[in-house]
Amino acid sequence: MRYVCLIYFDPHQVFNGSPEAEAVLAELGPHAEELKASGQLVMGQPLTLPNEAMTVKVRDGKMSATDGPFMETKEMLGGFTLIEARDLNEAVQIAARHPYAKLGFIEVRPVVDYSKPRPRL
Amino acid sequence: MTSSSARDALEAAYRAEARRVLATLIRLLGGFEPAEEAMHEAFAAAAEQWPREGVPPNPYGWLVSTGRFRIISRWRRQARVNGALPELAALIEAQAEPVPPAAIQDDELRLLFACCHPALPPDARIALTLREVGGLTTEEIARAYLTPTPTIAQRIVRAKAKIKADALPYEVPTPVELPERLESVLAVIYLIFNEGYAATDGPNLTRPDLSSEAIRLARLLEGLLPDPRDPEVLGLLALMLLHDARRATRVDPAGDLVLLEDQDRARWDRAQIAEARGILARALGLRRVGPYVLQAAIADLHAEAPSTAETDWPQIVALYDVLGRVDPSPVVALNRAVALGMRDGAEAGLAAVERVLAGGALDAYHLAHAARAELLRRLGRVEAARAAYERALELARQPAERRFLQSRLEQLAAHALVSARTSQIE
Repeated sequence: MRYVCLIYFDPHQVFNGSPEAEAVLAELGPHAEELKASGQLVMGQPLTLPNEAMTVKVRDGKMSATDGPFMETKEMLGGFTLIEARDLNEAVQIAARHPYAKLGFIEVRPVVDYSKPRPRL
Repeated sequence: MTSSSARDALEAAYRAEARRVLATLIRLLGGFEPAEEAMHEAFAAAAEQWPREGVPPNPYGWLVSTGRFRIISRWRRQARVNGALPELAALIEAQAEPVPPAAIQDDELRLLFACCHPALPPDARIALTLREVGGLTTEEIARAYLTPTPTIAQRIVRAKAKIKADALPYEVPTPVELPERLESVLAVIYLIFNEGYAATDGPNLTRPDLSSEAIRLARLLEGLLPDPRDPEVLGLLALMLLHDARRATRVDPAGDLVLLEDQDRARWDRAQIAEARGILARALGLRRVGPYVLQAAIADLHAEAPSTAETDWPQIVALYDVLGRVDPSPVVALNRAVALGMRDGAEAGLAAVERVLAGGALDAYHLAHAARAELLRRLGRVEAARAAYERALELARQPAERRFLQSRLEQLAAHALVSARTSQIE
């Protein structure tokens, strides 16, 4: 099964030049290589800071766009990986090995299985 | 070798060997986490090498040594990157030494005992056993127990963390500890079986995959424990085989519940009953009876009877009496009361069931009220029977059981109507 790992962190903790942060950043490349080699990484994509982003919506046929996402917490979405795992526990274990797990947190989301009915809420 | 036949060989190896490879790697690498990573590395390496170089003669040995080698190389690399102390390097070297054992299945047994360790919460033991020994995914376990997947995942994560933090032993217990440790293993296996045999909820009354896995685990225990075999291991295996032999007749084609008295006994699995009987005879030969042996002996009396009426009820009541002394519980008392009703008549049975219900422990157990309702119905006490069936229906969750109780209520209503008309005519 496939899972998306959404990686959240506080940019002030990651880009402050501290030895811990630098060590985490140095691990990112080798970690991605390792996951790729073991066939568990389908794809991964780091994202720029939210001040370079826009948020768009359409209501009553009218489009509106605003600067950046609303930052309600210190943590922001910093990137994501798409991984292949046997089950949720294996996915969680893979996510726990991601270097950013040491500074921020990682939300592990199963991708939608179209053979199952849609949720009804 | 073509790539598709190598892929087939790999899939076959995964189905046949993954559990045992994991069990051995846990022992060699000292924990679930490195073992799972190593196993993944091993299968990834196989996917790459087998199409090119052919399937090795001993896939299990190849997967174990490849997985171990890869994970240890990774540890070495990380130790260099992190400038680890020489002690760590020495530890890694020490880990690299052991050779895969001849007795592979011992590792599965060790794993089973670790997953059922009494220090873990009971529901975590079940989830961990099904995932690590049974090879089910978290999602499958969650479906089987109608629990959200993250809840099951969390139980497994916490249980593994506890095994690591408390350094719970990964070994078959010594003869001194064995009885206590075995009790927990047997309880986990029986709970897995029961959920497969009579689901508490969900659309299907039976879940054969869970029952089959429980039987497989009991066979594993029976085959691997040192002699003399514990009679309770044999008792549990016989008990599950006997219940499972009736599986096809417990539910009709519409998915409705069929009571023991209405089951087509010609369709019971006679070969499986014969096997169970042989196992039970070995257990009884060990001359120490426990709860599972006694329950198997009761199930055996049902299996050999040509009909409910021709069942040896006096013997069944006697066995329940012994069971009530060895392992007293309100449910055993209830079963004894029902058997008493078959031996001595509904009046005596009702009195016995009401004594059990007066104890209060089974007040929320739907089957206790259903048993009382059944006896009242047999005695023609329609109003009281209806009230008791209604109480049972309030408590039952499983749809097939609910449909059964509803049909009983409808029959009672029809019966009441007929009696009312008859009395008018008179």
